[in-house]
Amino acid sequence: MNAQNQPADPNLVLVVRDLNFYYGKFHAIKNVSMDIQSNKVTAFIGPSGCGKSTLLRTFNRLHDLYPQNRATGKILLDGKNVLHSKSDPTMLRARVGMVFQKPTPFPMSIYDNIAFGVKLYENLKSSEMDERVEWALTKAALWNEVKDKLKQSGNGLSGGQQQRLCIARSIAIKPEVILLDEPCSALDPISTAHIEELIHEIKTDYTVVIVTHNMQQAARVSDFTAYMYLGELIEFDQTDKIFTKPNQKATEDYITGKFG
Amino acid sequence: MDAVIIPFHQAAKTDKMTNHDQKSPQQPVNRSPKERLYQLGDIIFENVTRFFAFLVLATLIAILISLVITSMPSLKAFGFGFLFSDDWDPVREQFGAMIPIYGTLVSSLIAMLIAVPISFGIAVFLTEMAPNWLKRPLGTAIELLAAIPSIIYGMWGLFVFTPVFSEYVQPLIIGTLGNIPGIGALFQGPPMGIGMLTAGIILAIMVIPFISAVMRDVFELVPAVLKESAYGLGATTWEVVWKVVLPYTKTGVVGGIMLGLGRALGETMAVTFVIGNAQRFSTSLLAPGNSIASSLANEFSEAVGDLYTSSLIELGLILFLITTIVLAIAKMMLLRLGRMEGAAS
Repeated sequence: MNAQNQPADPNLVLVVRDLNFYYGKFHAIKNVSMDIQSNKVTAFIGPSGCGKSTLLRTFNRLHDLYPQNRATGKILLDGKNVLHSKSDPTMLRARVGMVFQKPTPFPMSIYDNIAFGVKLYENLKSSEMDERVEWALTKAALWNEVKDKLKQSGNGLSGGQQQRLCIARSIAIKPEVILLDEPCSALDPISTAHIEELIHEIKTDYTVVIVTHNMQQAARVSDFTAYMYLGELIEFDQTDKIFTKPNQKATEDYITGKFG
Repeated sequence: MDAVIIPFHQAAKTDKMTNHDQKSPQQPVNRSPKERLYQLGDIIFENVTRFFAFLVLATLIAILISLVITSMPSLKAFGFGFLFSDDWDPVREQFGAMIPIYGTLVSSLIAMLIAVPISFGIAVFLTEMAPNWLKRPLGTAIELLAAIPSIIYGMWGLFVFTPVFSEYVQPLIIGTLGNIPGIGALFQGPPMGIGMLTAGIILAIMVIPFISAVMRDVFELVPAVLKESAYGLGATTWEVVWKVVLPYTKTGVVGGIMLGLGRALGETMAVTFVIGNAQRFSTSLLAPGNSIASSLANEFSEAVGDLYTSSLIELGLILFLITTIVLAIAKMMLLRLGRMEGAAS
C-alpha cells in the first residue's frame, strides 16, 4: 500500500494508516487505520481510556505539546503526512480545528475570542473582521444571543453559550475539519440539543469528527461510527450499521449495554 | 452514591462525639475530670495563639507610633517641605528628604525595568518550554538566588561588578545613549562605576528570584485545556503566553511585581555599597545618589542633635509608608486573583 503516492480521493479528508501512539511507555493506540470522509460526521465511541480522545488529538498534533508523547504511522491530510517532523503543526491546526470537553473561552471579550484565531492567519481590516465575527457567531447559532454584548467577557456566558463560542472560534478560521472532544459532556440537555443541531448544520461545510460517551448522541449526529476498545479500532462503519447490525460481537455488547 | 456517603458521614460524626478533644457548647454538661482538663487546655491554647497573632499587629502599630513620636521634632520643624527639599546639611541643621526619596524610587524603578522582563522570560521558559528534567533544578537554582544575604550582593557589586561596569560598559553607555538629545542627560558624567544605575542593576538581580517565582506559580494556575485551545487554533507558544496566559494571570503577575518592588524599595546593604551615598541631586543615572535606607545605615551612628536624629527617623517613616502602600496593593491584587480563581471553578 503506497498511500503516500496515491492520488488523494476527494471524498476522503483524513486517511489514517497504521497509527500507533505512546504516552511514554504506555501504548495507547494500536495499529489504527481508518478513512474519514469529507462533509460527514464521524463519531468515536468506546469506554473511558480506550484511546478515542487520544486518537482525535493526534489529528491536529496536540500531543506534540507534551514531550513524552510519541506517534508513529501516518495521518494523511490531502495526501500529506501531518505527523511528518517537517510538517508545521500551526498550519495544520488552521486546517483542523478543535473544541474541547469543557468550554474554554479565552480571558477576553466575546469579539476578541473570535478574532484571536483569525488574527493568527489573516490580516483583516476592522470592517472585514466585524463581518467575520458576525459570520462565525451566526454559524454557531450564537449571534442573536450575544450581538449586543460583544465587548463583554466570554466568561460571562452560560456553559452552553461558551461552548458555542468555542465552536464559533474554530469555525472563524475556516478549517476543513473540526474535531469535537466530548463537546456536550459538561452541558445540560437543552444546550446539548443546540450543539447537536449545530453539528448537523455545519457538516455541509466542514468535516466533523466527534468523540462522545453518549451512544444516543453518536447515533443521532453521526454518519459513521468507530468503536474503540483498549487502543484498538474494533469496528468502523456507517452509523446505521453499527447500531443495528454490527459485525463484531464486542461492538454489539457495548452498544446494547452488556459491557462498558 | 449518596446512600453510601451519608451513613459514613454520620459514623464520622458519632466517632467525633466520643472523642474528648471537641468543645461544643450545645452538649449537655456532664464531663469527667479528664474531659474538663482537656477543655481547659483547649482554652489556654486558643488564647495563647490569639495573643501571638495580635502581638504581630501590635508590634506593627507600635513601630508606626514610635516612628511618628520620635520624628516629631523634624515634622514640626520642616512640615511638608521636608518631602520636597533637597537640602541635607547637618551643620546648619537643614534637612530635606527629596534626594533619598528620589534615589529610592529611581533605583527601584531601574530594578523593575530590568527585572520584570527577565523574570517574565524565566517564568515562561520554566512553565512552557523547559523539558521536565530541567524544570526543577533550574527553578531551585533561581530560588536559591533569594537565599544569598544582601551584603554578599553588595560586596560582589562593589568589588566585582563595579570595576567591570565602569571600565567597559559605562564608557559605552556614555558614548552612545549619552549623546541622544533629551534622554542623553540621564547617561552623562564620568564612568565611576558606582551610582544609581549600578544600584538598580544589583537590585534587579536581587528581586528576580522573587518576581519570577510568583510569575511561575501563577502561570501554572492556567488550565492546561485553555492553553491547548489556543494551541489548537494554531497559536505559537509566544502567542499563547502573550495573549492567553498573561491576560488570564495579569493580577497575579502585577502582584508579584509589587512584591519585588516592595523588596527593592527597602533594600539597604547592597544599595549602600554601590549607590555612592552622595546627598547631591544629579540628572545622570551614572552619578552617585542616595536612598532612604542607605542614608539611615550610613548616618544614624554619627547623627548628633535631636533634629538630625529625628530627620533620619522621619526618613524611616516615609520608607515605611511607601513600602506599606506597595505591599498593600500587591496583597489586594493577589486576593483578587484568588477570588477570580474561585469563581471560575
